[in-house]
Amino acid sequence: MTPRWKFLFAGGLVFILLVALIFVPILRRRMKRAAKLQQQSEEQARRELTQPITINPGDPRIKTKLFWASDTIDATLVPVTVELPLSNDPVVRSKQVLNTLLAGPVDAELRTLPPDALLLAFYLLPDGTAIADFSEALATSIPSGIASEQLAVNSITRTLEANVPQVQRLKILIHGQEVETLAGHLDLTGAFVVNTRTQAGSVLNKGELRLDTLGDDKPQAPPSGKMAPPSAVPAPGASTPDKAPGKVAQPERKP
Amino acid sequence: MRNILRFKFVSLVGLLTAALLIVAMGSPSQTPIQNQQSAAAAPQSPANPPAASPSAPGALAGSVASTSGAPLQQGGLNVVVLDPAHGGTDPGARGTGGMRESEIVLGFAMEVRRALEQQGFQVVQTRQGNENPSFDDRSATANAQRGAVFVTLHISSTGLPGTARVYVNSDLAPVTDATGLIPWDRAQAPFLGLSKTFGDLVQGFLAQRFKGSPETAQTASVRQLRTTAAPAIAVEISSVTVEDRADLDRMAPGVADAISRGASAFKPSYIVPRTPGALP
Repeated sequence: MTPRWKFLFAGGLVFILLVALIFVPILRRRMKRAAKLQQQSEEQARRELTQPITINPGDPRIKTKLFWASDTIDATLVPVTVELPLSNDPVVRSKQVLNTLLAGPVDAELRTLPPDALLLAFYLLPDGTAIADFSEALATSIPSGIASEQLAVNSITRTLEANVPQVQRLKILIHGQEVETLAGHLDLTGAFVVNTRTQAGSVLNKGELRLDTLGDDKPQAPPSGKMAPPSAVPAPGASTPDKAPGKVAQPERKP
Repeated sequence: MRNILRFKFVSLVGLLTAALLIVAMGSPSQTPIQNQQSAAAAPQSPANPPAASPSAPGALAGSVASTSGAPLQQGGLNVVVLDPAHGGTDPGARGTGGMRESEIVLGFAMEVRRALEQQGFQVVQTRQGNENPSFDDRSATANAQRGAVFVTLHISSTGLPGTARVYVNSDLAPVTDATGLIPWDRAQAPFLGLSKTFGDLVQGFLAQRFKGSPETAQTASVRQLRTTAAPAIAVEISSVTVEDRADLDRMAPGVADAISRGASAFKPSYIVPRTPGALP
């Protein structure tokens, strides 16, 4: 019996040694990797996660118009034509062009979107409404202001308009949430009209009429006597069925 | 017997080692993904849940306007609601040397107020000091007035310094409310034409004063304007990137002059709504 126990004991030791030999280097590697990951910003980690939407070199190369800021005229966009292998699938194609737009032009001064912003998800509904979900960096890193925020949204909608005809309207989400404004000014509660047909070709229109908050292409007629005459109007308090008059929600503003 | 036992033992150890190897090879590739997922999942908590409820469609501008049920005032346009943007915890655009948009616009508002009062306008401000009323609170201040126009003042963080731009709201879908009342979240819709007229006038005066500014008002989906049931414009001055705040403050008299002249010039084309909530 004794030699057998000896044998088992030796075998056990060898086994432990083997396990240690296998695991120690793996553990060390893992520690290194974890440390590296902590150094990376959260945004970069997400970029790796969302990386799969890359460009497939097998797709035919198509002239893609990307709208970045103009270097000559203040607060306007100019199209830059780049040849990219684009997918025929509208969702993949939208992701490809938006990721290229986010990557930015050669001259970083002409960026319209913050360099650390990411496209997290993109959906296209059957009615042509697209939903683009961007990381918080789009809202937090963008220079705050009507002009800069409008330019950012315009560059997104016009780039989509030029390259993905299926997209009619665009709803922008920030990290999966509907937000009131992009960075304190521009209204994100509605959907932006992407396909503006009527204005195609006019490039330097200083962001005019590109963005409607609701899905109607036609410009709103000036105020007319469309409303019922005042006498026919019931007491205002009587016609607020769902919500109390005077708006209760106190939307949080971004600093 | 011993040989069989030894064989069994050796094969057991071998199997265990193989299993361990498989587990070891499989797991390290998973760890970064797990880390990423936890990193991606973590920031979900600070994201704004109230953002999903920015406006109550049921609330009607008319109900706000009706609070001042006084009989019709004579003289058309007589009130200008000035909105110094941001404030409180929201500094707005931040520039060199701790320059804050919220402070600068308050100074601008004082100057604009003086110029407007000289022209005989009554001025109402959405904030007097360093507070931060919500977008809807600010709109409500304007919507409670009669015969008012609304001007929100901003400083941009981009653009050619020394220029000023006027914005009016982008097109909103037509109001098709059977009651004839204006939905709160689209209160600006019936006033877009008047806003554009007013905006073009102010922008024209600004362009004369500040070279490089556009000739006509621009359109943008400005959140503040959407819920305002009055001719409403946003004036944005470039920019907080100037090295010295005095460069911006020097623009205040010119901006004040352009807004007061614009309001005076707009006065004849403005008709006071006869009943709260009705169109002008």
